[in-house]
Amino acid sequence: MIDLLGYEFMQRALIAALVTGLAAPVIGTYLVQRRLALLGDGLGHVAVTGVALGLLTGIAPTWTAVVVAILGAVAIELIRDRGHTSGDLALALLFYGGLAGGVMITGLAGQTGATLQRYLFGSITSISLTDIWFTIGLAVVILGLGLGLMPQLFTVAQDQDFAKVAGLNVRAYNLLVAVLAAVTVTVAMRTVGLLLVSALMIVPVATSQQLARSFRATVTGAVVVGAGAGVGGLLVSAYLSQSYDLTVPPGSAIVLLALACFVATWPLGALLRRRQQRSTPFPDVAPDEHEVTAHHDHEHGPDCGHLAVPHGDHVDYVHDGHRHAPHGKHYDEH
Amino acid sequence: MTPHADPVVELRDGAVVLGGRPVVRQVDLTVRAGEFVTLLGPNGSGKSTLVRALTGLRPLARGSLSLFGTPMGSFRDWHRLGYVPQRAGAASGVPVSVREVVASGRLTRRRVLSLPSRADRAAVTEALEVVGLADRAKDSVGTLSGGQQQRVLIARALAGGPDLFFLDEPTAGVDLPNQEALADALATLSRSGSTIVLVTHELGPLAPLVDRTVVLRDGRVVYDGPPLDLSDAHGHHHHHDHDAGRHDHHPDVVAPWDREDHRL
Repeated sequence: MIDLLGYEFMQRALIAALVTGLAAPVIGTYLVQRRLALLGDGLGHVAVTGVALGLLTGIAPTWTAVVVAILGAVAIELIRDRGHTSGDLALALLFYGGLAGGVMITGLAGQTGATLQRYLFGSITSISLTDIWFTIGLAVVILGLGLGLMPQLFTVAQDQDFAKVAGLNVRAYNLLVAVLAAVTVTVAMRTVGLLLVSALMIVPVATSQQLARSFRATVTGAVVVGAGAGVGGLLVSAYLSQSYDLTVPPGSAIVLLALACFVATWPLGALLRRRQQRSTPFPDVAPDEHEVTAHHDHEHGPDCGHLAVPHGDHVDYVHDGHRHAPHGKHYDEH
Repeated sequence: MTPHADPVVELRDGAVVLGGRPVVRQVDLTVRAGEFVTLLGPNGSGKSTLVRALTGLRPLARGSLSLFGTPMGSFRDWHRLGYVPQRAGAASGVPVSVREVVASGRLTRRRVLSLPSRADRAAVTEALEVVGLADRAKDSVGTLSGGQQQRVLIARALAGGPDLFFLDEPTAGVDLPNQEALADALATLSRSGSTIVLVTHELGPLAPLVDRTVVLRDGRVVYDGPPLDLSDAHGHHHHHDHDAGRHDHHPDVVAPWDREDHRL
């Protein structure tokens, strides 16, 4: 394992995985906040056409993919901005158009599916030094804008009407998020591949929001999960290929590792939400009549094992589907 | 309230068109500093659309609008406006803390790429105290009840320290204790000299705060004057729930115009 890290291609791959894992969830958080989790997927499909155009024209596919993905993002955002009802459908049309166009142009370019596959499923271990600088540069832009403009982007994604009345240029900020998502897609293209790009943007967010109570905690958690899954997944796939001679594409290992994090945190999140709901105070409504609990041997107290829930000026104990409120020497049904 | 105070909102011959249909028409409305105005009217009377036009969210098809004496087109003092949009809740797709939502109301006072100052943080804390939710600041907004979420949205509007508030149905679907908490917050604001424009179906505990009532019907102002005395009408119209044809929660206000001989 250690000697594997000595290879230059492996070091490059590790940097790419780390940087992508850091940047993708930041934009992903805004997409989830706006309930647009699938936008990244749509842009990934559109970028396939971009890659194919690169293969056809001989221009570096990374560049053509960036340009086409950004054009796609602008188109989606404009369509969403115009008519609200057709936004979902417009996204679907772009999905299919992008993928079919990409496959067709690749064919026209005389390339085999194998070439396209490098972009569809990633080829992190064959990243060149130029690609690394390109990846780092774009990731810095994504992180800088995504985190630096957090108050503005947060407000716009949270409540567009409010943001407009606060004087923010909502259309410009929405466009910025869409363009940053497009850039993220192309950055992550080499790491996990276009078909799995969206997973790296969304799954870490889904994981961290199981435990987070605030937006800031969600972003922080998502970045940690994203970077961890990026590096961890790459190491897992390298380890498997070296020790057991198994071919595991790093992209799939990264995404599955992120999903494993989600599966691990989900029960904890469900438990937390349940507990929070159970211990939410009862509304301050007095019971209709004074009803004394029948023969009650148990004495409720701070450590009695029954859930204590605030109710107005006193505490009710949840006991077998009843709410018992201490009253002198007996308990009342509340 | 004070007829000689400066006009804060001035709409002349305002009309709003949605999908080719005039929804608000020929509306003249002047709100003076310190007034507490309610816009009443049945569903579809255009009161929400009117308030959205007053905030600049909906363009005027004709007429002119000035806020604080500045034509809307060149209005830039956004920090003077506090807007509480009509929303089901304050939650979104990710967990967001109560404090974060309220802090976003402070953006009108903050420069891009600057960290929140001490004054910003103090304003957020104060806004939370006014609506009585200071103890929930760190909780996720999604875990609050609907009424509490409305109070969060009001705190958000408060945080920027505006002197003109537009509230769009803040009491819709809110239980009575929360309506009372809301009324307390608005009373505090009104006492401090803020101008308040409130769109609502049912005034409830807000009724004593109102200086002036504007009733809309079919996109036009049909009444503009002192609050109507509802106590008398209430007795006669308690069966308005049976009037299934009209979803009018203010029969006492609108009923006179609803009679056949008064139809517009």
